[in-house]
This record gives sequence, C-alpha cells and structure tokens, in this order.
Amino acid sequence: MSNTWAYLSNYSIYSALAVFTLSFLAHAVETAWAVKAPERELASVGGSAPLQASTVISRTLNYKATEKIARIATAMMILGFLLLLAGVIARGVSAGRVPWGNMYEFSITGALAFCAAYLAALQKYNLRWLGLLVSFGILLTLGTAVTVLYVPSAPLVPALKSVWLIIHVITAIISGGVFLLANAIAAAYLYLDSMESKGERTAWTKPLPSLDSLDQLSYRLVALVFPLWSFSVIAGAIWAEAAWGRYWGWDPKETWAFITWVAYAAYLHARVTVGWRGRRAAWLCLFAGSTFLFNYVYVNIWGSGKHTYSGL
Amino acid sequence: MSKDIQIPEIGSVGLLRYVWRQLTSMRTALILLLLLGVASIPGSIFPQRTQDPIAVGESFKNSPELSRWLDRFYLFDVYGSPWFSAIYILLFLSLIGCVLPRAIEHFKGARALPPATPKNLNRMEFYSTWAPAGKEIEIARRWLRAKRFRILERDGAISAEKGFLRETGNLLFHLALILVLLGISFSSLFGMRGEAILNVGERFVNTPTSYDSLAYGKLFKEGKLEKFIVSVDKFDAQYNLLSSAPEDYTLNVSLRRGDLVTVEKHVIKVNSPLAIGSTKIYLQANGYSPVVTVRDSNGDVALQGAVPFLPQDANLRSIGAIKAPDAQPQVGFLGSFLPTYQRSGSDGAVSAFPQALDPRLLLSVWSGDLGLDDGLPQSVYRIDTSSMSQIGLKALKPGQTYVYSTGSITFEGYVQWVNLQIVDDSGKNFALLGAIIAILGLLASLFTRRRRVWIRVGENVEIAGLAKNGAPGLEQEMVIFERILKGER
Ligand code: HEM
Repeated sequence: MSNTWAYLSNYSIYSALAVFTLSFLAHAVETAWAVKAPERELASVGGSAPLQASTVISRTLNYKATEKIARIATAMMILGFLLLLAGVIARGVSAGRVPWGNMYEFSITGALAFCAAYLAALQKYNLRWLGLLVSFGILLTLGTAVTVLYVPSAPLVPALKSVWLIIHVITAIISGGVFLLANAIAAAYLYLDSMESKGERTAWTKPLPSLDSLDQLSYRLVALVFPLWSFSVIAGAIWAEAAWGRYWGWDPKETWAFITWVAYAAYLHARVTVGWRGRRAAWLCLFAGSTFLFNYVYVNIWGSGKHTYSGL
Repeated sequence: MSKDIQIPEIGSVGLLRYVWRQLTSMRTALILLLLLGVASIPGSIFPQRTQDPIAVGESFKNSPELSRWLDRFYLFDVYGSPWFSAIYILLFLSLIGCVLPRAIEHFKGARALPPATPKNLNRMEFYSTWAPAGKEIEIARRWLRAKRFRILERDGAISAEKGFLRETGNLLFHLALILVLLGISFSSLFGMRGEAILNVGERFVNTPTSYDSLAYGKLFKEGKLEKFIVSVDKFDAQYNLLSSAPEDYTLNVSLRRGDLVTVEKHVIKVNSPLAIGSTKIYLQANGYSPVVTVRDSNGDVALQGAVPFLPQDANLRSIGAIKAPDAQPQVGFLGSFLPTYQRSGSDGAVSAFPQALDPRLLLSVWSGDLGLDDGLPQSVYRIDTSSMSQIGLKALKPGQTYVYSTGSITFEGYVQWVNLQIVDDSGKNFALLGAIIAILGLLASLFTRRRRVWIRVGENVEIAGLAKNGAPGLEQEMVIFERILKGER
C-alpha cells in the first residue's frame, strides 16, 4: 500500500519535471519570438512602405504574436503545479505523515510553494514574462531533488513528531517560496535597470513592467510574508522548547533563521523609514534572500547541530 | 591679556545627552540590528562550548595556538561573549529610548483631530473637482464616518484621516521586541538547566549533586530547586526494521513531589516533557549500559554495576570505559557494546540494528595506573592508558566471563540509560507573549492603510486624497468616493 503511494509520488514528480520543462521551453520560445517579432513585422510591411513607418513598427513590439505560446506556457505551469501537488501529497500518504522530513521533501514542497506564489501573483500582476525564470528555478530545484537529494519514503524520527513541525515547516516553506519570488523580481529589476541606464531596453524587455512597479512588487511580496516568516521562526522555537528543552540555542539553523529575519527587518526599515528605493533596495532584498538560501542549502547539508534532517 | 580660546563647555550632562540622542536614533538602532545579525555568524562557524564542548576540545587539541587566539575573542562562546552582549544591550537601550517616547506621544495624540484642510488641494496624490449639486458635505460626512475616518469639519471643508492602527501596531511591535528581550534575559538570570544520565531502574533526587552537569542563572537561588524524586521505571525504543531509524521512544517514570509520599506514574516522550511546577523534564538521549562484575585475583568483587556507554552510530554501537580503581593492581577496560552483533568484512565487528537482539561486549584490558588519584577531571568514557599496559582482548556474550592474569570480568547483561534534561525557565513565557504581540502588531502595521481625505465645497466641489506609506489602492477608493458624492452609486 505505502509502496504504491511512494511510486505514485515519484511518477507524479517525474511527470511534473517533464511538464515544467515544456513550460520552460514555451516561455523561452515566447521570449525568443518577442525578440524576433519586429523583424517579421518589418518584412510583412514590405519594401514599398515609407521608411518612417517601418522604424516606428520596429520600435513597438507585436506582443499578440506570442500570446498563444505564452498561454501554453502558463497552462503547462499550472499542470506542473497540479502534478507536483499530487506528488507531494502522495509522498505524505506513503510515509504516513506530513511530507516534510528530509531535504528531498523540503525541496519538492519548496518548489511547489514557489510555483504557487508565482501563479498567485500572476492572477493580479502582469508577470508572465517572469515564467522563464520561475520555471527554470523550479526545474533546478526539482532536478537536484530527484538526482542528489532523493531518499526513500520513511517515517519520522521521534523529535520530528509534533504539530509544531507541521506549522513551522509549512510556514517556512511558503515564506521561502515568496522570498524567492521577491528575489527573482529584484534580480529582474537590477537587470532591466542596468539595461535602461546604458540606453534603452532591448526589444523583448519592452513589454515587461516598468522599473517602478517591479520595485513596488518585490517590496509588497516581502512585506506580505515577513509576518509569516516571523511566525515560522516562533513556531520553530515552540517546537524546539518541547523537543529539546530550550526555545533558542543558537544552533546554526536557528542562527541563520535569525540572520534572515534581521536582514528582512532591515530591508523593511530601509524602505519604510529611510526611503530606500530602486537599486539599493533591490540589492538588500537579494542579500536577505540569499541568507535564506544559504541556510537551506549550506546548513542543511554541511552544517552541524540538531537540525540536520537532510537524510544525506 | 589672556587670549584663551573659549571652548564651549558641554559638561558631562550635555555629553550624556548627546550620547543618548545618538544611541536612540533610528540609524544607530538599524546599525546595531545589522551588527547583531553579523555578530551571530561566527557562532555558526566555530563550534560552541554550550552546544558541542567535545568539538571545542578537539579544536584545542588539533590547533592549540589558533584555538587559544579564537578563545581570547570568545569565538567558542559567541552568544555569551561580552561583545555580543554589548550589542544586544545597546540595541535594547536604543529601542527603549526611541520607541517609548514615541509610544507616549502616540497614545496622547490618540484623540487628536487631523489638521485643517490645506489651501491647495490639487497638489495631492489624487485630486478631482466638479460643479456642486448640494448635499456633498453631508454625504461625505456620513461616508467618512462609516469608513471610520476621524473628521475635522471647518469652513465648508472636511479633513479626514484614518489608519491610526498602523502606528499603534508598529509601536506595539517594537515594544513587544523589548518584552522578548526581557524574557530572554530573565531566563538567563533566573533559570536553571541540568542534565543527568540515569540507568533504567535508578532514581533521581533533585539536588545539585545528582546532576552530571548543572548551570544556574546568576540570580538563581539553590533553594529554589523544585523538590521531587523521579524513578526511571521503563524505557522503550522502537526502530524501523529497514532503516534502523528510531520511530518512537517511551519513558515511564514514577514521580514523588514535595511531600515525597504520593507516587504518580507519568510518561515522557521526545515532544512531551513532564512538567513539575515551572520545572520540566525532557527526554534527550538514550543508550546502553553494559552490566559487569570485575573481580580481582582473589575473587573479591572490585566493581559491580551498569556502566553507561556512548552511542557512536545509528545502530548504537557504543563505546565506553570501565574503571576499577579498587582492584590491585588497578585495571581498566576500553569497551565497545554492540546491541546486534555482526561481523563485517571491512570493519570488523559492527552493530547491525539498534535494538539489543544479540548483544556483545568487546573489551581490551589495561593494567597499571588509571591516573584517577591526581585529581584531574577525566572523561568517564575514556581511559588515559599512558601509564598502563594492555593485558588482554576479548568479546563476551551476556553471562560469559573473561579471566585475565590479574582477575576476571563477567558480562552480566545490559540495561538502557536515558539522558534527562531538567530545565526551569520561567522567562520563556514573557518571550512567547512578546512574540505573539509582536506578530499581531506587525500584521496591524503592515496591513493597515493610512489615508488622508479632504473635501471642500465652494464654487466647485474639490476632493483630494493622500496615501501615506505608499499604501496601494488610493485611486480606486477615491473614484468610489467621487461616485458616491455625485450620487452615481
Ligand atoms: C530604535 C529603534 C527603532 C525605531 C525608531 C524604529 C522605527 C520604526 C518605524 C518608524 C517603522 C515604520 C513604521 C511604519 O510607518 O510603517 C518601523 C518598521 C519596522 N521595524 Fe522598526 N524601529 C526600531 C528598531 C527596530 C528593531 C530592533 C527591529 C527588529 C528587528 C525593527 C523591526 C521593524 C520592522 C520589521 C518594521 C516593518 C514593519 C512595520 O511597519 O511595522 N525595528 N520601525
């Protein structure tokens, strides 16, 4: 019974991997077409058209030409999300517990949260262009998970059997997903900003949102999940109190969670009270996000301390 | 004629005031906050005495010179070091100095009305104007009240404001951080924490001498140690057959509280400690203690009992030392305990499963001076063999006896031991309370939208709006307001 679920989980996750690859390719084609589009327009205008008209057309991009493939890309992203969701749930069922016991499971759930954060933000904002980066990030995470981090499904060690584990880990994973999205947007900001400061945007980046709205968006994402992240740290402390007899012990994992918290608090301050915007804020956002990633990758795998549940 | 240059006297009061103002500026607080983050990094790089004293010892053994230098800068005790404490105490002062006055101001101003409507409304973020149809002021007043704006009405104009909760939440958040810090310092001043290894069947009386290690806060009074006795009745560990991973630990204890008469039965598990007043008992670790009897050459018992061994791997291969200082000559045994014995080609004898299915005790016997008499503390799991010589080597099954030149040792069997952690930490409740308030304050602060709205009715109706802190959505809200005023909704 549990073996069937474990296989089911693995198949779903492999299928999700395939579907995310399709989504990535579709996004890539969309971007590539968007780059090429003006030339195709030019050709169709033909030689007899006045020179003035063709220069105008080459500056405005025909976004419609790419619309269809972009829709496919998003549809694939949604399908991948569903498959991944199924894979994560089946993993939990097969082990008879919540699927957050080792690094393989953290990674697949983290990729799920990242994907969910993107799809949720897509409902409200024009973020389809970011799909290329998002699907690439998901592929990277899932790829590492199935190749390097995979461990067979198994029950939890006693210290991990707690409702606070469920609360702590799920909030940490959701926060991580949103922090990563904020990071991706901050990175896009920096990229576009350097492009604009050198001259103007290249053709394919023209339909992307303005620098200002990117700046706002990454801030809003951080502000949205900062309370959740704070809560996650507190839930972790409550769990540590029950399991280890102390709520805070400066274990490497705890230390880096604290550093991430401090970094994002500094980011929020810098924006709200000191008025940082743009480049500096984006760099600070990237820095804070990288402390989160560092904690996840480095401390889980190479760190010492009580939090070494990576299963490696 | 004296041409002395007059140096303005600031005096010590002035200097203090200057330092205080610098300290309580937001910039200083932010720098201190970042500094606290940076200062906590070394503790995740170097081993810490409080967490891993063995690794610290190894560092001293491997590179003594470097370690001595690291130690000089407290890099093995980062979180108790003077510089780390200095940073958070300064942050604490800074936070108090800047948040308390603001909080007082804020709550004083709680009932204050917004300032009067400015002359030029068209400079605001949102502005709109049209010809009046009458009644706009009344409609506006009703709508703004319903939306919980605070209203100042004067000279045919209304100035309205809302979002007071934002600053309230923000201040609560910062004040709650102070409470968290207070809770933490309370713990370290008044708390206590100790550990004791007990074999199944043994009894623990809560007095300082019963502990293997015990640390108090500076202001903890020894008499405050909770009065109780716990006996370890039974310990049960369950393991996964495929992976050897532990699945469940159950510890049954008998507890006698202060009156020492009534006996209560309790179960302790990894995530559910036993609470006795504000003291809690946690199950931390477990392992095996081989039970041995050591006899000297006359057959007199030199040592008898259960000796805790330290687990080395997931299958609980455990190592330890059995020391018989009363034997003549002194004898010591370096041992490995294998709960489920298996011969492996490359590693020699290993344990194949953590449960004791086929236990073996491997011993090497050392005779000579154990070095216990010179008073230096020694690990109970090791033997200093520098003035001893090895006289034997043997693997024993339970019940078997090994006879060597100066005596014999019998492997009687084994019991399990548990490591209990006993903690009294009442500061944690303040820290938790602070953390909860902080989160609520944060939510209120981040998700309250601050708004200023004005309406003036003269020759034209003019409305204007301002979103403080760049909270989104002003445009839509103002458009709705405009429609309501025009009677379109
Ligand atoms: C002297 C010290 C401090 C002062 C004067 C101060 C002041 C402020 C102010 C004015 C805001 C903006 C509130 C708003 O208008 O939305 C703010 C936000 C914030 N502060 Fe502080 N702060 C101090 C220290 C700290 C510390 C030590 C932390 C801890 C990590 C912290 C964490 C935050 C966070 C996370 C926010 C953003 C969330 C919010 O708006 O409430 N602050 N602070």
